[in-house]
Formats: sequence, structure tokens, C-alpha cells
Amino acid sequence: MKTYSKTFASMVFIAILALSLFACSKTEQEDVKDVATQKTDTPEIKTDVKPDMAQGDTIKLGVAGAHSGELASYGLPTVNAVTIVVDNINKHGGILGKQIELFVEDDVCKPEVATNTATKLVTDKVVAVIGHICSGATKAALNIYKDANLICMSPSATNTDLTLSGEYPNFFRTISHDAAQAKLQVDFALSKLHVKKVAILHDKGDYGKGSATLAKQFFEESGKVEIVLFEGVTPGAVDYSAIVQKVKYNGADLVVWGGYHPEASRIVKQMRVKKMDTLMIGSDGLKDESFINTAGEYAEGVYVSGPLDTSKNPLYINAIEEHKAKYGEEPGAFYFNAYAATLALTNAIEKSGSTDYAAVSHALKTEYVDTPIGKISFDEHGDAIGAGFTMYQVTNGAFKEVE
Amino acid sequence: MDNLQVELQYFLELFLGGLTKGSIYALIALGYTMVYGIIELINFAHGEIYMIGAFTALIIATVLNIMGVNHAALVLLLSAGGAVVYASAYGYTVEKIAYSPLRNAPRLSPLISAIGMSIFLQNYVLLAQTSNFLPFPKLIPEFEFLEPISHIMGSSEFTIICTTSVIMVLLTILIKFTKIGKAMRATAQDKSMALLLGINVNHVISFTFIIGSALAAVGGVLIGSQMGQINFYIGFIAGIKAFTAAVLGGIGSIPGAVLGGLVLGWTESFGTGYISSDYEDVFAFTLLVLILIFKPSGILGRNTSQKV
Repeated sequence: MKTYSKTFASMVFIAILALSLFACSKTEQEDVKDVATQKTDTPEIKTDVKPDMAQGDTIKLGVAGAHSGELASYGLPTVNAVTIVVDNINKHGGILGKQIELFVEDDVCKPEVATNTATKLVTDKVVAVIGHICSGATKAALNIYKDANLICMSPSATNTDLTLSGEYPNFFRTISHDAAQAKLQVDFALSKLHVKKVAILHDKGDYGKGSATLAKQFFEESGKVEIVLFEGVTPGAVDYSAIVQKVKYNGADLVVWGGYHPEASRIVKQMRVKKMDTLMIGSDGLKDESFINTAGEYAEGVYVSGPLDTSKNPLYINAIEEHKAKYGEEPGAFYFNAYAATLALTNAIEKSGSTDYAAVSHALKTEYVDTPIGKISFDEHGDAIGAGFTMYQVTNGAFKEVE
Repeated sequence: MDNLQVELQYFLELFLGGLTKGSIYALIALGYTMVYGIIELINFAHGEIYMIGAFTALIIATVLNIMGVNHAALVLLLSAGGAVVYASAYGYTVEKIAYSPLRNAPRLSPLISAIGMSIFLQNYVLLAQTSNFLPFPKLIPEFEFLEPISHIMGSSEFTIICTTSVIMVLLTILIKFTKIGKAMRATAQDKSMALLLGINVNHVISFTFIIGSALAAVGGVLIGSQMGQINFYIGFIAGIKAFTAAVLGGIGSIPGAVLGGLVLGWTESFGTGYISSDYEDVFAFTLLVLILIFKPSGILGRNTSQKV
């Protein structure tokens, strides 16, 4: 009897332990549900936009990106954006008298899958592709599109080489590349902050180290400042006091951070606790509400570069309304860039009067189009003119554009 | 002369930074080393207990805040106390579920079980809470008497170093001078002989897990309030570093774990300060390799013959 009650007691105990941590988890479960509904939406899209029409009577548009897997949240908003824009166009009679038909293909953000995705879209005889989402996957797919003379327009791939290397004349994007962002940071630091000594820190990752290296290069080219420190820190380390002391010891007036917000918020916290008033600049990896949430009061005054704030643009407001009406929630990452890409591409097809590669490509580079992210066109490299970055400063717990 | 002062201050800052970091490593390493000393098991789930301690303190502090309790000392005491009790309960339960049934199994089985437990707990907190970093409330108030030297040592560093020192002394007293401490030492020396002499070995093992988990929870609360944020993954890296510290000092030896933690903290701090933070982990693990080559049982580890 005694053992029985003991076993029972320990079972109850374990059950209490197991359940207690779940008590505060309601919001998380709701998030999971949101993702689930979003995922089930994806197959519907195809039936939604594919009206029964004979082949050849439609203009075929490919949409490629991560639609499943852990990076799906970056890819699915693009599918939503393209669907909304194309539905609108189709309702008003299509372009060049034809309806637009969508071909949505998943690349899971993996280069090796992206080549298959690209080949599939080429065999489907699409006239252009909106996507891909991740820089690595985009690069892998681009060679296939290039050989097939297909225009590929990404809402999100920021790798500098994709446009500036000149290897991919068929590539366009509606987001600024990493070098433009680093250049903006450096110009801002030189002209507005008048710093003399700069410490550049990064998290050793592709994105963080990449943007830190670009910033270092631009600082060196300017020749106006001394770079006293260029070092990587271990992400997730228990403590960053040593590197913070080193920044102080080297007398830096500015820390440029390449990486994401968890490390940045700890570094800025430790600097402020040590009574250092060193300025800090981060890139769009910091321009996330969670940076302000975790760093709290210590985030005040930190400069962050991020996409231009176009939230007062009527097209932007309209795009949000359309998304809410169709999907019942706020749009996700790169939604507006994808929206702009679809508008730019369909506009170019309309203006050039054909789906011919050279004609559409020419129209993209010469015609301006109004989009939620502003009035854009494309330069000779394929980068959007008018879709840039701007500097923000954390003021009273919110990102505020620096005048 | 001025230059020398700057250099000295920099050295002192790095020294104190390393001491703080090392103290946290030591607190967690104690759990590894005590468990190893008694049942020769490397408890890989120990880092997760540290993480759960930090999460519990965060939840309690948030609840207290909602209830309108604003007294700093009370919040600190309640949340740290709650974290210690809760984490100890976890340590106890983990031992009962994952290790106790494998007491007489080959040594590899409890090790695999420990790794499984670690992954389970990590994912459990990930699902039950969130994968995002959560802001950790400032539990340690700013001490006014530290104001003049706050650029060298802040109140959280001060608290970490003091708390760890006090805990070390208490732990030494517990092990050297109390009945349960004697039982722990006896069990560590020879489990079956201790059993024959009337020591309840199962109780001693449970007790060891509880003490180890409590120390880890204290470490979790301290580092949480110093860094200001936690997530489900913090236990993994802290656990790996603390395990390194335990091996460095000589696994199974309690002063060894403390020394190992401090040496590791200083190596990382000075390595970053004088060479480069790119290689912070490289310094730490190079040191480990070097010490193990020349002294395979660790700095303070005794070269005992293998028990049969």
C-alpha cells in the first residue's frame, strides 16, 4: 500500500511539473495555428487563380520560394502578394487581353531544391518568375533562368553579387542589397555622427560577417576614421563583458554591429551598464520589435538601418487592407516587396506589349511604376531605384526615422 | 604613468569579467562534478536544469509584477527561491525517471538517457514557452556603494561573485561536516560498502541531484539578470562550458570544478581582451586539450585506480 501511494504521489508530482510550464503558452499555440492555416491556404491559391482556359491563352507567371520548412514564413507572404495582385488584374481583364496564370513552386530555401524548382518552371513555359526568396537559392536558380531567357525578380534576396557581379542580366529585385545598406550606415556615421574611432563587431555568421565586412570596406575607403576593432563574437555566449571592455579600452566612439538582435541587445546592455555612451549602429537584422523588447531601456538611442518607411503611402495601406480582407490577418515578411515586384513585372509586360525577354527587360529599366514601397524602376544592374534603406533610431521604445 | 594606469584598469576589468563568468561556470560545473563523483554519470541534462531555473524565476517575477509586488528584495528572494525549488524538483524527477531505472545498466545507457533527457527538456520548454528570446527582469538592484566603481564592477557582477563565494563555503561545510555530506563521500568512495553500512544510497543520490540542480538554478537566475534575456537554448552552451570546466578541474572533485570554472572564465576573458574574440572558444578548448594531455585527470583530479 505504501509503495502504491508513493508511486501515485510521484506521478501526480510529475504531472504538475509537466503541466505548469504550459500555463503561459497560449499565444505560442495561436501562432502555430496561424501558420497552419496559412499553409493550408497554399494549395487553394492554384485553384483560385487558374481559371479553366485553353493553354496559350494565358500569361504564365512563376512564383518560387520557401513555402514549407522553417523559413516558410519568409516565402508564403510573397505567394499571397502575387495572388492578390494577379487576381486584381484578372478581374479587370488581364494584361494584353490575356488572363495571368500562376505556377507556385516550393524551393524550401535550399539551393539544391531551387535548381529543380527552376527547371520545372522553365518546362511549364512561364514568362517570368517572382522569387526566389533566399539569396543562396536564388543564385542557384538564376543560371537556369538565364539559359532559358527568363526574367527573375526577387522580393527579398539581398546578396550583393546577384546584381553587381553582372553575371545575371535577367535578375531584378525590389529590395536593396547588403552593400547599399552598409554604404548608408557608413555615410550616416561619417556625416551625422562625426565619429573618429569605430569598432566593428559581428556574429561570425554569413549575414552578420558579410554586412560587417562591407561596412569595414566602406569605412576604409572613406579614410576618415580609424577602425580600432574588427572582431566576431560567439553567438549565444554566456557573457560579453570582455569584448565590451575591449571596445572601451580601444576608445571607440561607435560600435557597428553585423548580426541579429539577441547578441546586439546583450552587448548594448553591457555597454550601458558599464556607463559607456558609445554609439551603436545595426543593420536590418536589428530592425525588429524583439530587439526593443529584449533590450528594453538600453535600446534607446541605437541607430538601425532598415527599409524605407512607406506606411503612409495609400497603395501600402490598400495592400494591407486587401491582405486582411482575403486572409484575415496582417501580411508577413517581404509582402510589400513582392507586391511591388508583381506590379512592376505586369506593368512592364503591359507597356512593352509582349512577353519577349528583351522587351520586358527594357521596359523594367525605363518605366516607373507606383507600388506600395514607392515609385520604382530598375537600374542597369537590376536593383530597384527608389526602394532603399533609411536610418532609424530607437526613441521612446519605437523605431523612429532619423531626419 | 597614465598609460600604466589604463593598462592596469583594463587588466582588472578583464580579471573581474573572467571571475564573474567563471563563477557561473563553477556553479553549473559543481552539479556535473558531484553527480559524476557519486554515480559516475555525466548528466547532460544539467544545462537544461539551469535553463529551467532561469525560466521559473522569469515567470515568478512576471507574476509578482502583475500582482503589484514591487519590493526588489522580496521579488528577488521569491523568484530565486522558487527557481531553486522548482529546478531541484526537476533534477530529482529527471534522476528518478531517466537514471534510477538504469542504475545497474552498462555505463553507456544512462549517458544516452541523459542526452535524451537534455533534448527532451529543451524542446519541451521550446514548445511550452517560445523560441524567442524573452526579456529577463532586472532582479538585482543597483547598489549605491558600488556607484564609484560601477564602470569596473557593476552590482550584478558583485552579486554573482559574492553569491558564488558564499555558496562554495556552504557547500564545503555541507560536505565536510554534516551527516549527509559524510554519506555522500562514503557513497562516492564505494557504493556497495556504503549500502552495507546502512546508508540509503538512493536517498544520497537524490540529494546530490537536488543540490546540483539548486546550484544550477542559482546560476541561471544570476546570469539571467545580468544578461537581461533568456531563451530555451541557453542551457546548451552554458552546459557545454561548465562541463569543460568540470573536466578541466578534474571531474568528481568539488574544488576542481570551482577552479576549472574560474580558469575557463579567465582564459576566455583574457583571450578576448588581449588577442581576439574570434578565437574565444578556441582558447578555452585548447587549454582543455593541453591540460588533459599533461594531466589526464584534470588540474585537481586524483589519479585513482579504476573501481571494479
